[in-house]
Amino acid sequence: MDLRELYQELILDHNRNPRNRRHLEKASRIAMGYNPLCGDKVTIELLLDSQGSILDIAFEGSGCAISTASASLMTEAVKGKTPKQIEAIFEKFHSEVTDQPCPKHQDVELGKLVALIGVKKYPARVKCATLAWHTLKAALDQVGETVTTE
Amino acid sequence: MSTVSAASILETQEPSIRDFDVNRIRRDFPILHQTVNGKPLVYLDNAATSQKPQKVLDTLERVYREYNSNIHRGVHTLSQTATTEYEKVREKVRSFINARSEREIIFLRNTTEAINLVAKCYGPANLKAGDEILITTMEHHSNIVPWQLLCEQTGAVLKIAPINDAGELMLDDYEKLLNEKTKFVSMAHVSNALGTINPVRQIVDLAHACGAKIMLDGAQAAPHLAINVRDLDCDFYTVTGHKMFAPTGIGILFGKHDLLEEMPPYQGGGEMILSVTFEKTVYNKVPHKFEAGTPHIAGAIGLGAAAQYISAIGLDSIASHEHDLLAYGTEKLQEIPGLTLIGTAGNKAAIMSFTLEGVHPHDVGTILDLEGIAVRTGHHCAQPTMERFGITATTRASLALYNTKQDIDALVMGVRKVIEVFG
Ligand SMILES: Cc1ncc(COP(=O)(O)O)c(C=O)c1O
Repeated sequence: MDLRELYQELILDHNRNPRNRRHLEKASRIAMGYNPLCGDKVTIELLLDSQGSILDIAFEGSGCAISTASASLMTEAVKGKTPKQIEAIFEKFHSEVTDQPCPKHQDVELGKLVALIGVKKYPARVKCATLAWHTLKAALDQVGETVTTE
Repeated sequence: MSTVSAASILETQEPSIRDFDVNRIRRDFPILHQTVNGKPLVYLDNAATSQKPQKVLDTLERVYREYNSNIHRGVHTLSQTATTEYEKVREKVRSFINARSEREIIFLRNTTEAINLVAKCYGPANLKAGDEILITTMEHHSNIVPWQLLCEQTGAVLKIAPINDAGELMLDDYEKLLNEKTKFVSMAHVSNALGTINPVRQIVDLAHACGAKIMLDGAQAAPHLAINVRDLDCDFYTVTGHKMFAPTGIGILFGKHDLLEEMPPYQGGGEMILSVTFEKTVYNKVPHKFEAGTPHIAGAIGLGAAAQYISAIGLDSIASHEHDLLAYGTEKLQEIPGLTLIGTAGNKAAIMSFTLEGVHPHDVGTILDLEGIAVRTGHHCAQPTMERFGITATTRASLALYNTKQDIDALVMGVRKVIEVFG
């Protein structure tokens, strides 16, 4: 296994300079995620339009490079998307990182998120890559409590 | 000489050090001779669990191949052999920790169960609302939560003794926390997250002087330093087999005989009784009173083999070998820019916890794993300890008797690689 497969330049860059890591003044939804394995916490804030699409998104919290880069890349990937589109991206992403087939979303493009697919070879780290997504889903579903990866 | 530091052993035990041949010891541990991710395995996760020598593996196999049988009350030959071998371990463990009597040795699953047993069986009868239980900031969760549960049950109050920036107990503050309300104190002999060796001999006296009973968590002590419960005079002591080269699922609680006699049973079932009728059940004598059900027979016999293995090499030699490695590793790690050691006590076991500026421990752990190096990353079941240092996690390299300077060199190279990647 090559460590550059996991720690690609794009991931290292998003870890060093996370995009949308800030506080959203006018958030309409907020959710917190927690990974008990590593103690990592992430907060996702959303500003939705009347159709439920994401106008703006921000995250806060700190964790490993994989979880920080994943949160950062996620915020870029979902901005402007509808809940339905986001669900499709998450399902596709989730099946890629857990090495499962995803016949339902053959045509969904993952774009830059592809950089994270290397974690599928590191089962202990998959949760790092999915924490932000689970938290986003909780925010969209308006589940009040902290979500955990367990 | 239970709390003797490795440094003083170095001065007094020269001959046995020369006998210590790490390459010969490595040959005793088959698992070490493999590659992981294409690199020779460097196993530095001994504080989580240790590897097993061939002698222990052979012992386990012999139990199941030659005389596997349930113990006690069997009249047939295999059962008698199994019972004899199992009970022999009680004597081996007694001698290993220098208890007065075999009856003070209780077989349990692990340290966690031992602490829970003491909290459940000693606690309620001896603590009332307003009494205090004193622990420290450097405890494993298993030496925190059982006491929290006991406090909830009895209305006793949990007090926490502080530690300094080096990860050492602050003795002045400790003494101030002890008072006539303190009924029980519990403390790690050696901290798993920091490596600190606590001055337990002194603490026992302080606790007894104010009338408190004391339990010592020896999970991290047993594989590294000689334990002498009689000299320590502690009331309870616990070790966990899997960290001292024995199988998982077997551990020991030592308790002073009089205290054990007074305590009610832990669980009800077979073996812990003398006679059962629906009107009245008469409990078995200690230690059997605390050993309900079929125990981990092979595990206990394996633990006996592990204790014998350690004793044959000698804990003094082991401690001095590890102390050399600790000194070497500490020096090498400290040369790495951005690396901070967490836990720099003067009296320390060979555990090196550290943070790396700008890199999360999980990333360190994954990159080291790709180099074949096994370390632990995270909070090490000691979240309050992490909090004390203002962090959530560390990378921890913990050594055992089979580790070498080459292992440390590999670790240092690995950490430098991490820095290169994250640079
Ligand atoms: C100091 C200390 N206490 C208690 C424990 C718990 O041991 P076990 O899981 O074997 O019960 C550990 C193990 O990590 C430890 O390091």
